[in-house]
Amino acid sequence: MDRHYVRKLPATWWLRKRTYLVFMLRELTSVFVVAYALFLMVVIWRADDPGSFSGLFDALDSPVGLVLHAIVLAALLFHSITWINLTPKVLVLWRDDEQVDPRLIAGANYLGWVVASAVLAWLVLK
Amino acid sequence: MAPTDSDLSGRPVVMDVFRFLPDEETEPRFQRYEIPYRDDDVVLDALNHIKAEVDATLSFRWACRMGVCGSCGMMVNGEPRLTCETFVNEFHPEPIRIEPLAHFPVARDLVINMENFMDTLPTVKPWLMPADPKPIEEGEFLQSPGELATYKRFSMCINCMLCYSACPVYGLDETFIGPAALALAQRYNLDSRDGGKAERANVVTSHEGIWECTYVGDCTRVCPKEVDPAGAIQMAKLSYATDWVKSMLLPGG
Repeated sequence: MDRHYVRKLPATWWLRKRTYLVFMLRELTSVFVVAYALFLMVVIWRADDPGSFSGLFDALDSPVGLVLHAIVLAALLFHSITWINLTPKVLVLWRDDEQVDPRLIAGANYLGWVVASAVLAWLVLK
Repeated sequence: MAPTDSDLSGRPVVMDVFRFLPDEETEPRFQRYEIPYRDDDVVLDALNHIKAEVDATLSFRWACRMGVCGSCGMMVNGEPRLTCETFVNEFHPEPIRIEPLAHFPVARDLVINMENFMDTLPTVKPWLMPADPKPIEEGEFLQSPGELATYKRFSMCINCMLCYSACPVYGLDETFIGPAALALAQRYNLDSRDGGKAERANVVTSHEGIWECTYVGDCTRVCPKEVDPAGAIQMAKLSYATDWVKSMLLPGG
């Protein structure tokens, strides 16, 4: 191999193609998913003492807090939608020699997402 | 005013071709060729025209000219393509940039070295390993059309290496077994006549196997045979993970 020419991928390889960039965004938005999940868990964990984070809620109830939430929401939606759209590739089911329609697999995931969100919204807002 | 079709056909095909002559150079360069335009030429025809009429020192691989042999894969304007299936009129009159398939060592000009793949491929044991082998006298292993359908798509691979050229994971780490070989392993795992899934697990579920795949999915996009290697690898992940959970929960696996 000594006389071969070897091309090395630069660290910016993911900027080279749209498909690579979309992949990188899908992976990076998972950070927002985890971060916000941790934040929610801390809020729930200390829910019996609301006074301890009233200052936090005041901070979130501001333009900066709203913009932060909008960014997190956009990242979460991007991550969830690209994730669910890939599920039919992973779960391939066959029934009577016919492949179950991939849209049904993705659709079931979307349905589960909507139902879980609705239950959570009802629990929080009731 | 926009040029009309007849103006365009008078314009030459401009090809910027990656050149690397290992005996004479240490760095590659791009060489520009201008050849007559013909509407029904594919990129491979244009390269053959250069080789026959302009510059006989240009090296590239090809064989069948009909998208079956998998020899003529190259980067065409940065995308891995079979040059026998890529028409010049897709780009003409803009210049066409031709490079050897990305992520592989270049042996000369547009010729890549794919020994790494050739060494890796047999390690996933891409052949039928029946659970209960039987002598030929007892006849063939029968299979229903439905059982064939579960894996047929993954069996259409022509080893053209476009998927490896599209895969950044392979580009960053050439020890990754890669899309085509892992898809072929899954093709045999899905075959109703095969019983070799557990025997393939050692290699397929190793660090260099399915778990190194991060599902960029570009292999599937560039595949000229619609094999969907990315899908095959994710199916293998689910299948082997399910086996592992079962072996943890159920006594005796």
